[in-house]
Order: sequence, then C-alpha cells, then structure tokens
Amino acid sequence: MKLEELRFGTELIKRGFASMQKGGVIMDVVNAEQARLAEEAGAVAVMALERVPADIRAAGGVARMADPQKIVEIIDAVSIPVMGKARIGHSVEAQILEALGVDMIDESEVLTPADEQFHIDKTGFGVPFVCGARNLGEALRRVNEGAAMIRTKGEAGTGNVVEAVRHMRAIMGGIRALKGLSSQELIDRAREIEAPAELVIECANLGRLPVVNFSAGGIATPADAALMMQLGADGVFVGSGIFKSSNPEMTARAIVEAVNHYNEPMVIAEVSKGLGEAMKGLDVHLLREEEVLQTRGR
Amino acid sequence: MGVKVGVLALQGDVAEHILAFREALADRPGSTVTAVRHVEDLPGLDALAMPGGESTTISRLIGKNGLYEPLAGFEGGVFATCAGMVLLADRVDDPRVRTLSLIPMHVARNAFGRQVDSRETFLNVAGLTEPFRAVFIRAPAATDVGSGVEVLARIPEGIVAVRHGRHMAFAFHPELGGDLRLHRMFLENLRV
Repeated sequence: MKLEELRFGTELIKRGFASMQKGGVIMDVVNAEQARLAEEAGAVAVMALERVPADIRAAGGVARMADPQKIVEIIDAVSIPVMGKARIGHSVEAQILEALGVDMIDESEVLTPADEQFHIDKTGFGVPFVCGARNLGEALRRVNEGAAMIRTKGEAGTGNVVEAVRHMRAIMGGIRALKGLSSQELIDRAREIEAPAELVIECANLGRLPVVNFSAGGIATPADAALMMQLGADGVFVGSGIFKSSNPEMTARAIVEAVNHYNEPMVIAEVSKGLGEAMKGLDVHLLREEEVLQTRGR
Repeated sequence: MGVKVGVLALQGDVAEHILAFREALADRPGSTVTAVRHVEDLPGLDALAMPGGESTTISRLIGKNGLYEPLAGFEGGVFATCAGMVLLADRVDDPRVRTLSLIPMHVARNAFGRQVDSRETFLNVAGLTEPFRAVFIRAPAATDVGSGVEVLARIPEGIVAVRHGRHMAFAFHPELGGDLRLHRMFLENLRV
C-alpha cells in the first residue's frame, strides 16, 4: 500500500458510511449511560446531545452544539458511531465536532440557526453530514452542498409523526413525479424546485435520492418507525421518543425490531405489547409560528 | 449452471450487495440473488453475502430472528464485508458480538479508528493482477488467522482480505465502487 494513494473523506467514503446505517435506528442520547443502553438495544449509531429535542423545545432560548466534554464522554462509552448536531450554517461548530472525532454531523434545524442564508459548505469536511429536508428540492440542495445523507425534518420533539409523514411523502412523491419526463422537462422541474438540474436528472435515473434517506422528527412508537419504513425510509432517527417514554429500554429494543420487521404486523404487534406510556405528544397545529422548527433553513 | 445467492438482509448495505451480485451473475442464466431475513430463506442457496453495517446490531438481530444456528451451519460459500467479516470470525475483541465461527481468525472491530480515519486506497490482493480500489469505512481487521486460512491482503492495520475454503471475507467494501473482480473470484472459488 503506497501512502500517496491513501485518500480520506471522499464522496464514496462519506456516502458509504451512510449506506452502512441502512435498516437501522439512530437514537438521541444525552449521557454515557443512555448511549450504552442504546447500543445494547441494537442502535446503529447514537446522536450525542445536551438535551433531547423535547427538552430543547421546553427550555427555549438559543440552542447550540452540545458541550464537547459531553460528546467525548459519549464517544468513549460506545463502539457504534457517534453523531453530533451543529447549528445550520455554523461551520465552526462543525469543525469542532469533526476535531472531537464524531462520525457524522447533523446540520440540524433543532438547534437555533447561525446563518439564515447559507448552510455549511459540507464538501470541505472529511466527516460526512446528514441534513433535514421537507421536499425533494430541499433534499437536493443539501446534497449539492455535500450532504451524504438526508433525513426528513418532521417536527422534532413533538412525538407526533404527522410532519415526518408529510415530508417523506413529498420527497418520494417528488421523485415519482420525475418518471417519464423528457430531459427538457427535467431541467424545467429543477428550476421549479430550485435544485441543480444534474441532481434532478440523477434522481430520475435512479428512481431515488442519490444518497441514503432516513426519517426523523416525531417518531415515538414502533408503529411510527415501521410506518416511515413502509413509506420508503432507509432507516429512522428517534429523538425524544425513547428517553421520554416510560420504559426507554423496552421502547428502544421494540423500535429496532419494528424497523427490521416493518412489513410484518405480527412482529410489530408483539414488540409493541406492554411498553407503557409513549412520550406525551404535541399537536403540531397548536404550535406558535416561532415554535415550529422545520421552517429553519430552506 | 445458475448460482443462487442470498444476501443477509437484517441491516446495512444490503441493496448494494444485491446489485453487485446481480451484475456479477448477469452472464450466468438461471442465477438468482435474494434477500435472507428468515430461516426459510436459506435452503437451496449456494452462497450467502454478509453485508457491511453495525456488527453489534446485526449480531443482535441474528439472535432475535433465530438465525444463529442456521447461519453457523451454512454449507455454501460466504462472501462477507466489513461487519460481515467480524461476524464470520471465531474470535472478536467485543463480547457483545456473537460470531458465527465460520473462519478461524481473530478480528478487531474499528481497527482503523473513527470515521475521519476511514480511507480509500489501491490494494494489492493475491490473485488479482491489478490493484483493487478498496474503501475502508470504520473497518475491522484480522489480527491473526488459523490454519487453512489464506491471507489475500495485509496492510499495517492488519489482515484485510482472507479466503477459507469457499468463504471469503474483506474488511473493505467490494460491493461499493463498481469493481466486481473479487465477486468473480468468489464465484469461481465456489466450484472448488
């Protein structure tokens, strides 16, 4: 092996990392103990946070990247990948997360945006990024900036799956609607959804996004997770849904199995038995405009 | 004669393995590539691919789905990458992973470090005339192998490609990147 032939942080490595997460559940954790519980339950990765989204919502104020000490504590606790959240457009928070050794960065609307015009230029990083999206145009703008994975935004911290469903349907429907269009029409569609034409053409050819597509934002039960899989998600992020439930350990295990068996109602029924209270949810329609997280970044 | 390949479809880059084997078998009429989720998907398979993913997750799901004994007793050839290589070993540095012991070797998980240490390189693999573009993603490596295990590639981090009878295991991802020479080598090797 010649040293000069070593290459780090290529598109293949970044998108490949995301591919290895497919069919898995990525769980929000706020300390080493929760991280170990998530790993034992079969999570493919954990998201290291200061607070889960439901608590971020409750706390108010400016939500920033977690304390590096907290992230290191979680990195040291588990052998599965650890992800961290940076504010939209906050490239220095992302540089810090990369320096700490996180395996993927979530440029997340759950935190207060740092830049209202630009997202982070993700091509300059060796670590892969995941970004939220509500529709095909938004997803492809993020891919164009270098995102190696897309997730639906949903409405984080609500325990209400309705927005994740809306966003997944919009992305999948947006791709299905490309079928049969001429190259001229595809270019026109690209202009309409404000996405680069070459990525719209790539989507049309593949019949899917060019990167892995997870679901996030409001998934609270095994049934919610399986629903997102049936709608076409490659895997799910569960935020507040696990550690805000009355039995996090059972809920975590049940969601892992529900994702694995998303087309087998008998299995989902079995793992859903006796889980106790799921997290208390919020009606998305009753949120005040400034409480809605999904409209951050576009 | 067609070849019947199954891909263990519990978690990881299952679709990439299915596509790669379909392409590698395109000129072999009667071949099939199918997903394996349950015990009843295994009978009749000539080969099984064990994809990359998280070995702790896949190991747990193998147990939950009652697949441990059937996989450990699988009589065809196994093509394993990354997490699959961990699962094929008989010893691993992590008690949470219950390996299938199909290849006598000790494997270390995450032998390269974290994702930022993941890399691509051109690798010399025994049996190939030209180097292979190998992509290592939070990859494992074998630290020692038992008798009868042929080392196909070794780098400073450890042994990254092995053959044991009809089984082959790689720390990197031949299913990514479009080069199917190792798939063809594996299919040739099935006849031996």
